[in-house]
Amino acid sequence: LLSQQLRLNERDLHDTTVTDGSSFNASMQTSPASMINQYKFEEDAEDTKDIFVTVDNPESHVTAIETYITYRVVTKTTRSEFDSSEFEVRRRYQDFLWLKGRLEEAHPTLIVHPLPEKFVVKGMVERFNEDFIETRRRALHRFLNKIAEHPIFSSSEDFKIFLTAAPGELTSYKKQGPGFLSRMGETVKAVAAAVRGVRNRPQEFTEMQEYVEAFSQKISSLDKVTQRIVREQKEYLEELKECGPTYALWSQSEEELAEPLKDVAGCVDRCCKETEEQVKNLNDNLIPVLHEYALCTDTLKAVLRRRDNIQADFEAKTEALATKKADRDTMRDDLDKAEDRLEWANNALKSDWTRWQKDMRTDLRSAFVDTAERNVNYYEKCLAVWESFLHSQRTDAEGNGNVDFS
Amino acid sequence: MADSGSEEIAVIGNTDLTPSESENNLKNTMVEKGTSLLKMMEISVAEAEKRTGKNAVNMQETYTVYLIETRPVDAASEGTNPVPDSLWRRYSEFELLRNYLLVTYPFSVVPPLPEKRAEFVWHKLSADNMDPDFVERRRVGLENFLLRVASHPDLSSDKIFYSFLTEENGWKETVFETGFQAKADSRLKALNATFRVKNPDKRFAEMKHYGDELQSVISQLLRVRARAADRLYGVYKVHGNYGRVFSEWSAIEKEMGDGLQSAGHHMDAYAASVDDILEEEEHYADQLKEYLFYADALRAVCRKHELTQYELEMAAQDLTSKKQQREELATGTIRTFSLKGMTSKLFGQETPEQREAKVKMLETQIEEGEELVKERNTECEEFVKSAWVDIERFKEQKDHDLREALISYAIMQISMCKKGIQVWNNAKECFSKM
Repeated sequence: LLSQQLRLNERDLHDTTVTDGSSFNASMQTSPASMINQYKFEEDAEDTKDIFVTVDNPESHVTAIETYITYRVVTKTTRSEFDSSEFEVRRRYQDFLWLKGRLEEAHPTLIVHPLPEKFVVKGMVERFNEDFIETRRRALHRFLNKIAEHPIFSSSEDFKIFLTAAPGELTSYKKQGPGFLSRMGETVKAVAAAVRGVRNRPQEFTEMQEYVEAFSQKISSLDKVTQRIVREQKEYLEELKECGPTYALWSQSEEELAEPLKDVAGCVDRCCKETEEQVKNLNDNLIPVLHEYALCTDTLKAVLRRRDNIQADFEAKTEALATKKADRDTMRDDLDKAEDRLEWANNALKSDWTRWQKDMRTDLRSAFVDTAERNVNYYEKCLAVWESFLHSQRTDAEGNGNVDFS
Repeated sequence: MADSGSEEIAVIGNTDLTPSESENNLKNTMVEKGTSLLKMMEISVAEAEKRTGKNAVNMQETYTVYLIETRPVDAASEGTNPVPDSLWRRYSEFELLRNYLLVTYPFSVVPPLPEKRAEFVWHKLSADNMDPDFVERRRVGLENFLLRVASHPDLSSDKIFYSFLTEENGWKETVFETGFQAKADSRLKALNATFRVKNPDKRFAEMKHYGDELQSVISQLLRVRARAADRLYGVYKVHGNYGRVFSEWSAIEKEMGDGLQSAGHHMDAYAASVDDILEEEEHYADQLKEYLFYADALRAVCRKHELTQYELEMAAQDLTSKKQQREELATGTIRTFSLKGMTSKLFGQETPEQREAKVKMLETQIEEGEELVKERNTECEEFVKSAWVDIERFKEQKDHDLREALISYAIMQISMCKKGIQVWNNAKECFSKM
C-alpha cells in the first residue's frame, strides 16, 4: 500500500487533473470570492509593469551522472513582496517544469502558457545543439514573461521562489508540499468524477470546447504550412546558390558581356543572402509563436477537462445528498464546498479565457504583421539590387552610345 | 515605378516591359539592320494548327503546321491593310530550309531553329510536343528564325528562302533540285571525320573553343535556372495553403474574422502570381536557348574552315610529293621510298621510253595539282574572309542580344519584387486589422 501511495504521489506532482480548488499553495487566499475580486481588480488596473524577467546565458553543466543546461534568470522588480530589487539565479528546464506543474495544481482552471517541449522528436534535434538551445531559451523567456504578466500567477509564491531562491533553497522547497495522503484522497475522488462525466455542462463551456477543437486544428495547420514554406525556401535557396557562380563562369569566356554577366552574378548572390535572412526570420519569429499556440490548445483542453471534473464532483455530491440518509450534515458541508469550488473554477476560467483570447489575438496578430513586414523588406532589398543593376547598364549604354533613345 | 518617364521603346529605362514588347524591340532592331528583304516585306508566323494525315509509310500521324504570313511593307504605311499572303509549313520544312542554308552558305553562322523536343523543363512544363504552351513557344521561335534569316546580309537574298516564304506548292522539289542533298551528305561525312590540320587559323581555333564554352555554360545555366524555377513554384504555391487555413480560421473567430479572411485572399493572390512570373522567365530561357544553339552553328563554321584548310594542305602535300617524284626521275636518285622505286631496283631499270612517259604524266599531274592548290587556296582565303566577317557580325549581334536578355531578366525580377511588395503590404494591412 505504501508503494502504491508513493507512486500515486509522484503521479500527483505531474498529473494536473488531480487537484481541486482548495489549494496547497500557502500564500493563496482561501476565499474563492476574494480571489475573484482580486482577479477583476488586476484586469481593470493600468498596465504598469513592476517586474521584469529575462532568461539568457545558457551554460552547460557536467556531473558524474548527467550533463544538462542551465539558464540565467534575471529579475528586476519594485514589488514589496520581494526582499530586494534585483535577483539573479540559474535554472534548468526541470525547474521550469516544476513551476508550471505547481501553477497548474494551484489553479486548475487557469491557463498556463506552455513550455517548450522536452525534445524535438521530428528532425532528431540533439539536446545540446546550439539552435535548439537558443530556441528553447527564447521560449522559456516568453514563458516567464507570460507568468509575470498574469494577474494571478505573478503573485504566486512558487513563482517568487523560482525567481529568487538559491539552488539549495529551491530543492528543499520543492520537497515540501501537502502530505500525499490528502492528495491521494483527492486523486481517487477525481478519478471517480472523471469516469462519471459531467451531466449538465453550461452551454458556454461547450462552446469553448468546440472552439478549442477547431482552433487547435487551424493553428496546427498554420504551424505545418509555415514549416513547409521554410523547407521549400531552403530548397529554392540551394538551387539559387548555383546560379550566381554559373553567370560568373560565363563572364570568363566573354569580353563585352563580361561586365554585365559579373554584375548579374553579383545580384543573384545578394538575393541569395536576402533569401537566407528571410528563412531565418520565419524560423526565429513566426514558427515559435505558432508552435506555442499549438501547445496552448493542449493546455486549454486540459483546463476544460479539469473544470468538467469539478462540476462532475459537485453533481455526484448533489446526487449523494439526495439519496443518502446518514451523515447529511457532513455531506451538506461537502456539497457547499464543492459548489464554491465549482463557482470559483467557472469564474476563474471565464476571466482567464477572455484574457487568453485577447493575448492570443495580440500575439498572433503581431507575429503575422511582423512576418508580412519582413517579407516586404525582403522584396524591397531584392528590388534595390536589380534596380541598381539596371541603372549601371543604362549609364554604361549612354556612355558607349549603344542605346537608341529615339 | 522607378522609371525616368522617358518614352523610348528601348528596353533600358522602361522597367515595365512585357515579353511581347521586348519581342517587338528585337524585331525593330533586326528591321533597322535594313536588309533589302525586310525593307520589302513584313514576315510573321501568325498561327499554329493541328493536322492529321498519312505519312511516308502510309500511317496516320498528327502534326502541327504553322502559318507564315508575308505582307508588303508599303501597304501598311499607306494606310491600307490588305490581307497578307500566307502559307502553311510544318517544322520538318523549316529543318529542310535550314539544312539547305547550312550547305549553301558554309561560311555563315546560320540562325538556329527552336528546339525539336522540349529540354530543360521543370515539372510544371510539359515535355510533350503537342502541348499548346510548347507549340506556342515554338511558333514564336520559328518566327524569330525567319526574321533572323531575313535580316542576315547574305542569307536574306537567297531565292530558296524567298520561295519558302511565298510558294506553298512545289517548294520541296525546288530545294531538292538544287542538288544540295549530295553536298550535304559529303559535308556531313567530312565534318564527322577526324583529321589534323597542320596550320590552323588561330582565330578560328579560338572561336571553336569559345563555341564549346558557350554551349557548356548556357546548358548549365538553363539546367540550374529550371531547377530554381521549380522550387520557386513550390514556395509560392504553399502560401495558397495559408489562404485556405485563414479562411477556415476566420469562421470561428469573431473580431479576428475579417482581417483573417481578407489576408487569406492576398495569400491566394500571392500563390497564383507565380504562374505569370515563371511564364515570363520561360521567355528568358528561350532567348538563352537560341544562343545555345547558335553556339553549335558557330562551331560548324569553324569546323568547315578546318576542313577547307585541311583540303588545301592535302592538295599542297600531294603536289609537293609529285614534284619530288619528278625530281627523282629526272636525276635518277631515289630519295623517297616508293613501290615503283623498289620494284625497279628488284626487277631492273625501266627503258628510257617508259621513263619519258612517266615524266610526261607527272608533269600533267603537277600542272593539275598546281591548279588545284591555287583553287583551294583561293577557296580557303575567301572562306576565311567571308566567315570572319559573319563571325564578327554574329559577335556583335550576340553581345547586343544577350545584354538585352540580361536586362529583361533584371526587369522580370524587379516586376516580381514589386508584386511581392504589394501583396505583402496588403496582407500586412489585413493582419493589423486582426
